[in-house]
Amino acid sequence: MIRLFSIAAGLVFALVVLVSFGVGAYTAATETPVKDAAHEFYQKPKAPAGGFSFDGPVGNWDIAQLQRGLKVYSEVCAACHSLKFVAFRNLEQLGYSEAQVKAFAASKTVPGIDPNTGEATTRPGLPTDYFPSPYPNAVAAAAANNNAIPPDLSLMTKARNDGSNYVYSLMVGYGQPSAELKAEFPDFETPTGLYFNKYFPNLNIAMPPQLNAGQVTYDDGTEATVDQMAQDVAAFLTWTAEPTLVKRKQTGWAVLGFLLFATILAYFAKQQIWSAVKPRRAE
Amino acid sequence: MSFPWAKEYKPANDFTKWVDEKLPLPRLVYNAVGAGYPVPRNLNYMWNFGVLAGFCLVLQIITGVVLAMHYAANAEVAFATTEHIMRNVNWGWMMRYMHANGASFFFLALYIHIFRGFFYSSYKAPREMIWLLGVVIFLLTMATAFMGYVLPWGQMSFWGAKVITGLFGAIPLVGEPLQIWLVGGFAPDNAALNRFFSLHFLLPFVIAGVVILHIWALHIPGSSNPTGVEVKQESDTVPFHPYYTAKDGFGLGVFLILYAAFVFFLPNLLGHADNYIEANPLATPAHIVPEWYFYPFYAILRAFTFDFVLSAKLWGVLAMFSSILLWFLLPWLDRSPVRSGHYRPLFRKFFWFGLIPCMAVLFVCGGAPAEEPYVMLSQIATAYYFIHFLVIIPIVSSIEKPEPLPYSITEAVLGSDKDAVLGENTTPAT
Amino acid sequence: MMADTTVPADGVDRRDFINIAAVSAAGVGGLAVVFPLISQMAPSADVLAESTTELDVSAIEPGQSIKAVFRKQPLFVKRLAPQEIAAANAVDASSLRDPQTLAERTKEGHGDILVTMGVCTHLGCVPLGAVEGENKGEFDGYFCPCHGSHYDTAGRIRKGPAPTNLEVPDYEFTSDTTITVG
Repeated sequence: MIRLFSIAAGLVFALVVLVSFGVGAYTAATETPVKDAAHEFYQKPKAPAGGFSFDGPVGNWDIAQLQRGLKVYSEVCAACHSLKFVAFRNLEQLGYSEAQVKAFAASKTVPGIDPNTGEATTRPGLPTDYFPSPYPNAVAAAAANNNAIPPDLSLMTKARNDGSNYVYSLMVGYGQPSAELKAEFPDFETPTGLYFNKYFPNLNIAMPPQLNAGQVTYDDGTEATVDQMAQDVAAFLTWTAEPTLVKRKQTGWAVLGFLLFATILAYFAKQQIWSAVKPRRAE
Repeated sequence: MSFPWAKEYKPANDFTKWVDEKLPLPRLVYNAVGAGYPVPRNLNYMWNFGVLAGFCLVLQIITGVVLAMHYAANAEVAFATTEHIMRNVNWGWMMRYMHANGASFFFLALYIHIFRGFFYSSYKAPREMIWLLGVVIFLLTMATAFMGYVLPWGQMSFWGAKVITGLFGAIPLVGEPLQIWLVGGFAPDNAALNRFFSLHFLLPFVIAGVVILHIWALHIPGSSNPTGVEVKQESDTVPFHPYYTAKDGFGLGVFLILYAAFVFFLPNLLGHADNYIEANPLATPAHIVPEWYFYPFYAILRAFTFDFVLSAKLWGVLAMFSSILLWFLLPWLDRSPVRSGHYRPLFRKFFWFGLIPCMAVLFVCGGAPAEEPYVMLSQIATAYYFIHFLVIIPIVSSIEKPEPLPYSITEAVLGSDKDAVLGENTTPAT
Repeated sequence: MMADTTVPADGVDRRDFINIAAVSAAGVGGLAVVFPLISQMAPSADVLAESTTELDVSAIEPGQSIKAVFRKQPLFVKRLAPQEIAAANAVDASSLRDPQTLAERTKEGHGDILVTMGVCTHLGCVPLGAVEGENKGEFDGYFCPCHGSHYDTAGRIRKGPAPTNLEVPDYEFTSDTTITVG
């Protein structure tokens, strides 16, 4: 009885899903799929030449690069993008002294309260403060940017697939639609107020190109090419997204080493114990 | 229960004797996972995964309690407290990565454990109750994992909660009020987040309770084994301790190496980048998928695309829930007198060349975007899935002619070599 | 996993050794996991970095106090009136439970500014006396209502269960009128 019921139920489910299959197959066979420029010409992020110093299981931060990236963020990105999960005190990890962090924090203005009147005001930042947002709220951010709210950058490299390379690629990916794209989609046009970028999923990004050669002056004398700045800011944002990245890998090696040792011991212990009951040839 | 030759617990000294008289807990442990539990001597490494799943449950409870000390279940701050754990709490990043990847490894262990059960027909009498409790554990674990994924309140958390609770909206008449009741509002917000947190904390302890019942039920007939032949004599078994504690210890080591590789070197590989974007009720991510361990069932849900008598949405929901609930019927659908797939030629072929590829396709399609060829592939696989369990299993188990079984486990271990004998101590050392 | 204590019939030392080593390794691993589990409950990085507190003391009148917050705890800043200073200096410090002179509890050049934590050293209640009109206790300083500890004008314990004087936190005058605590 239960088996008859189950066979019937199984056939019903199979039949219904095969009807869906049939309809889908018919549609696929009779209708030509609409071609989509974004689908065909979007490019996956590319790595900078030589990759990043923190790539791979033993990669480490390039402190000088992170410092340069901080400079690019502060002088370029910070005009529109917040970094709300990063506190000034965290910058000590980038090799700055306590005094340098204090001075850096004090050079930024953060929201505060007037101690006498209680009114909203601003004050110089302290090391415990977080990077201030360029806009007081999301409405102001949208209003100032043609309704496209500049996202917070703290977690950007984790919030996109292959994030470090994505940020780098996006920064260097501006340009004009390629000839192949134009040939295949003659109607393709970047809407007004948007910019063509082949590394952005729908090819049209609201952020204008940001980096120009020589835009920032690096303290360590590195030449500020667009490629260099893009790499540096991508590295910096990788650090902001996961400051514990290097510690994580280092801990991982210690844990793996110990586990390997313990597992080998466990294997021999198991062999020893089982040897007592292993079948063997009679003598 | 247990076999007549099971060793009896003997208190080692006056203190343990005193404890044993007042509360025979050491005796219980001894008989459950100690030298007092005789286990078939021929278990292969597929039999490690029950213990590994249990280990994962403990791991999830420990790391989860730690995370709950720092997390706040409030839509305003949930995302920020999660980042607080990652950045400020001592070892918080490790605890969170252990918990997130622990869920994946829990499911990995569960899937292997369940498919071990399919191949060796571990669900068959007299072990039906173990199987039923196991399916209950799986369902509870799925619910717990789903609610846990909502807690960081990222984009995938939010839209996962919205889509999954939306499934209940497919139920005729009561669907919509039910969905609103489930999330305590018109869309997931504080009410949903708080109840999910509360239940996510509670359910693991319920799971632990059902696990105890699962193990209790296991000890009535004793463990099954790769031959499917029941234990007949003392030489068929070895005591659980030290033989299987040692084997499980080694298995755990290998499992932990793989786990640590993910936690420390690929912690976000099994997650989704979108979940590092704070929940935004006004923008849906381009590509919503659940966590990988739900892919097969998500593929079944999406396979129904055509309104055939009932709406496609309702068919999808019915099929998705049925695809797991039908496991409850398995002990009564499979009427073969033989358990192990090793001695069931036809059953074995359907397992390796039907069910396994079908599950592989469902896993791939569940994670793929809803476009061709994935949709059509998932439809074929879904059809096969239901046919396999509901049609092939009952019919094949009635018509196939099993291969000859060994007389006993001992015979199976010794093989055809007439000169082979068991170890020096036919009665194994402990 | 428990160590196997029974010696097998063919017991050899090597067997015992490898088992003991394996069980010990498991034990070491277990202990290593306990460390982060305990450490996670210690103050997190943001709490440890809790900001210093900066205060303007110019507006405090002699005999008045203000309550501020330092590391989520109350901080009392009091400008002592001349008679309060006299009362504090009239006591022989060596006769006190926690011998300290007023000069030891204030900064040089600012002998009238007394900065203490507003936390009773007995069990952590907030003593009364920093707000106008509150009970100042028998010694005209602070009085803790929880268990009746009386502090004098220099915040020194004089009567009641508290073991030590009100704590003077680390602070410095960054200008003539502002102090930075912490």
